[in-house]
Amino acid sequence: MFHTGPPVVSVHPSRAMVDEAFKVQVENLPPGSPVTLHSLHQSEDKDYWEAFGHYVSDHRGTVSVADDLSCGGTYTGKEAMGLLWSMRPVPGSREGLRLRKLNVCIPQLVNISVYSGHVGVGFREQDPLASVLTERWYMAPGVRRIDIKEKGVRGTLFIPHGPGPFPGLLDMWGGGGGLLEYRAALLASHGYASMALEYFNPAEVNTAELELNYFETAFNIVRDHPQVMSDRVGLFGLSLGSIVSISLAAWSSVVKPRCCVCISGNHTHARGGTIGDVFNEFITNVHKVRMDENNYEIWRGMGLPIPDDISQKVDVGKINCPILLVNGDDDQNWPTVESAEDMAQMMRAAGNEHLLTRLEYPDAGHLIEPPYSPHFRATKFLKDGQKGYTASI
Amino acid sequence: MSMKPLCVKLSVQPSRGLVDEKFTILVQNLLPGFQLTIHALHQCEDGHSWEAFAHYTADATGTVNVSEDPSLDGTYSGVEQMGLLWSLRPVPGSKYGLRMRKMNVQTPMVVTISVYQGHRTEGFLDQVLLASVMVERWYMAPGVQRVPITDGKLTATLFLPSGPGPFPGLLDLWGGGGKLVEYRAALLASHGIASMALDYLTPQITKETGKMVDNDYFETAYRVLEQHPQILGSRIAMLGLSFGSTVTLRMAVYSQVVKLSCAVCISGSHVQPIGGGLEQILASFSKHAYKTRLDENNQVIWRDLMLPIPTDPSLKVDMGRLQCPLLLVVGEDDQNWPTHESAMDVKEMMDQAGNSHLLTVLSYKNAGHLIEPPFMPFARASTFKTITNPPTKVMVLWGGELVAHSRAQEDAWRKTLVFLRENLYGGMKHGASFSNL
Repeated sequence: MFHTGPPVVSVHPSRAMVDEAFKVQVENLPPGSPVTLHSLHQSEDKDYWEAFGHYVSDHRGTVSVADDLSCGGTYTGKEAMGLLWSMRPVPGSREGLRLRKLNVCIPQLVNISVYSGHVGVGFREQDPLASVLTERWYMAPGVRRIDIKEKGVRGTLFIPHGPGPFPGLLDMWGGGGGLLEYRAALLASHGYASMALEYFNPAEVNTAELELNYFETAFNIVRDHPQVMSDRVGLFGLSLGSIVSISLAAWSSVVKPRCCVCISGNHTHARGGTIGDVFNEFITNVHKVRMDENNYEIWRGMGLPIPDDISQKVDVGKINCPILLVNGDDDQNWPTVESAEDMAQMMRAAGNEHLLTRLEYPDAGHLIEPPYSPHFRATKFLKDGQKGYTASI
Repeated sequence: MSMKPLCVKLSVQPSRGLVDEKFTILVQNLLPGFQLTIHALHQCEDGHSWEAFAHYTADATGTVNVSEDPSLDGTYSGVEQMGLLWSLRPVPGSKYGLRMRKMNVQTPMVVTISVYQGHRTEGFLDQVLLASVMVERWYMAPGVQRVPITDGKLTATLFLPSGPGPFPGLLDLWGGGGKLVEYRAALLASHGIASMALDYLTPQITKETGKMVDNDYFETAYRVLEQHPQILGSRIAMLGLSFGSTVTLRMAVYSQVVKLSCAVCISGSHVQPIGGGLEQILASFSKHAYKTRLDENNQVIWRDLMLPIPTDPSLKVDMGRLQCPLLLVVGEDDQNWPTHESAMDVKEMMDQAGNSHLLTVLSYKNAGHLIEPPFMPFARASTFKTITNPPTKVMVLWGGELVAHSRAQEDAWRKTLVFLRENLYGGMKHGASFSNL
C-alpha cells in the first residue's frame, strides 16, 4: 500500500509588497479531495482576521488558488488574492473594525493554512493539514522613513532608495484624521518621494482651523527637499484629502501640483473655508443623514443636491494640471460620482476638461484603498468625540 | 555627451526573495537606444565587496528587461536573468581566493542593483548613477524556525519549516573545511524539509577532546531527527557535499541505525577505507598526499589522491548493498575530487549488484567541485584552511568554468529538490523499488 507524505502549502512570493499578487498552492493531497484554504492575520490592535475558500484537488492532488475556482467561503470563483481581500474579523470580534497598518517598517504577517474538508467555522479548534507564513510589506528594501516636524507641519516622508532626485507626492487621508503612513510608504516603494500628512487629530475635528496655508507649506516641504524634483510634485488624496487636493489645484497661487489623484473626493465647498468649516457644514445638514438597516449612518445625502451656485464650489475650471478622479458608484458616505459629474461639466465649460480622467467602479464604496486589503462596508468613525458607525459603502 | 535621462525607473521583482528564487530586473523610461550598465554590488559578512555588471541597450520602447534582453558585455553576456548574482566577483583590489558563504542565515543577503549611464567597466560613480534599488535575498522563508541543537554532544542547528508539521527530515553535511555551515539546511527547510546542519569535523566535542567523532555521532544526529515530534521518523534523507558524501554513503550502506528514504551526494566519492573512523579516512588521504599536483597558478589539485579507483572492496563502500534511492551530482571538471570516475565506478558496482535502478547521476560538463545552491558566485579556486593540527592555508583549485558551473548549480538544485520531494513527500514503500522514477 502506498502512502503519500503530508500535503504542502506554498505561497509565492513568500515576501511581497502589499500590492503584489501571490500564488497560493497546495500539493500532495489525495486526488479529488475537498479542502479549505484559510488565511489568518492578527492585526496591530490584536484582532484576528480571516478568510477562506473551498476547493477540490485535481487528479495530481494539487490546488492552485490562482487557477482553480473556490466553491464557497468568504469568496467564490477564481480569485488569486481572495484570501487577502475577503478577510473579515473572526466571529466574536468587536464591531466596526477596520484593518489599517500603522507600523509600516515591519511586514503584515498572514498565515495560510489548508484544512481537510469544506470548513466554515471553528478553524482554531482543528489542526490544519499544513500551513505557511507569508509576509506583506508596505516598504521596499532601502526606502527611508523620515519624521517631519517643521514650519508647523506634521508628517512622515518616505524616500525611495537610490540617488534621486525623485518625483514627489503629498499624501492626504480623510476625515478620520491622524497620521496614516502606509500609502505613502507604498508610493515611495514605487519611486515617488511621498509625504503622509497629518492635518488634524480626530478630537480636533470641529476646531481644526487649518487653512490652505498649511497644505501649501507641506507641499513646499516636499518640493524643496534635496532629493525631490521640485517641478514634479503631485497631490494624492482620499475623501477629505481629495477635497484639499482639488482646492489647492484650483485656488493656490503658491503650489503648482504636477498632477492630482483624488479618490472619493468632491468640490462642493466654498472658497476661503477651513477644514473646520467643512465639518461644520455637517451640523447644518445633519437632518439629511439617514440610517441603514444596521443603524449605520449614511452621509451621502448631506452632499446633495450639488449646488448650482459656483461660489459654493471649487472653481475647477481653474485647474491646470492633469487630475484623476477615482470614485465608487455605491459610495454611501458622499455623493462623489455626482460631484465628479458636476466637475466634468464645469471643466467642459471652462475648456480644461482634457485634463480630467474619471474612473468609476460599480458597487465600489468610499474607501478605495491599495489593493488586496480587506473591504469594509461600514466602520467606526469618530464624530463630535463620540463613536458612531458610518456606512462607507 | 548624452543627457542624463529624467526619472529612469528601475525595478527588481521580487525585492525580497529566497536565494534560489529568480528575479526580474526592468529598466524603463529610457530613450530608445540608450546605452546603460546594470551593476550589482554586495558587501559580504567578511566585509569584502563583490560586484557584477552588464551592458545593455534600451529597445524602441525605452526599456531593458534583463530576463529577455542580451547583455552585450560585462561579467556575463547574453540573456541571463540571474547573471548579476552568479557572476558576482570580488571588486578590483580584493584579496585573491575569496569565497562567498553566508554564515548568519537569519539576515538577508543585501544586493544593490544600480543603473549607470553608458557602457562602463569601471568608474561606477555618482555622476553617472541613474537609479538604484536594494534587493534582499533570504536563506530562511518566513516562519522557518532556527533551532540550535543542545542535546547530546552534537554541534548542529535544526531548521524547521513553517507550519505545524510533521515534516520529512534531512541531515545536511558539508565537506572537509569543517565548521557549522547552516545556509543549505535553512534553504531546504524553506522548501518544507526539516533539515539539520551538522558540524562533524570541527564540533565542540572535537575541540575539547582533540578526538574526531565516530559513527555514533551521525547516528545520534539521525535519532534527534527521527524522534523529533515535528519530524516524520520514517522519512529522513541525508545530503552531503564532498567529504559529507563520504559520510552519507557509509551511513546509508552500513549503519544499522540510520534508515534513509534517500540520499544525495554532491561532488563526492564512495572511495574510503571501510571499517574505520573518520581518522582512518583522513589518514588515507594523507598517505596519498604525494599525488597532489599544482596547476600553472600554483593552485592545489587533489583529485588524484583517490585515484585510481580501487578494485579492493575494503577500500570503497559496497554500493551493491544500498537500499534507498541515490542522487549523485558530478562536476566533470572537478579538480578536487575524482567525482566523475567515482560515479562511473558506483554505477558499475550497482549494475552488477542489480540495484542500479536506485541510482540517478547528474553530470555537468565544465562544472567544478563546489556545486552549491543556485545564483551564488562561483569560485574556481579559493583559500582553504585544512582541519589538520596545526591548520594550513592553501589555494585549492575546485575547477569549473563560470557559466557552465552556474548553470549546473541551477539545474542540480532544482533536480535535487524534485528528488527530495518525490522521495520524502511522495508515495513510497520502505526500501522500495521505483519503477516510476
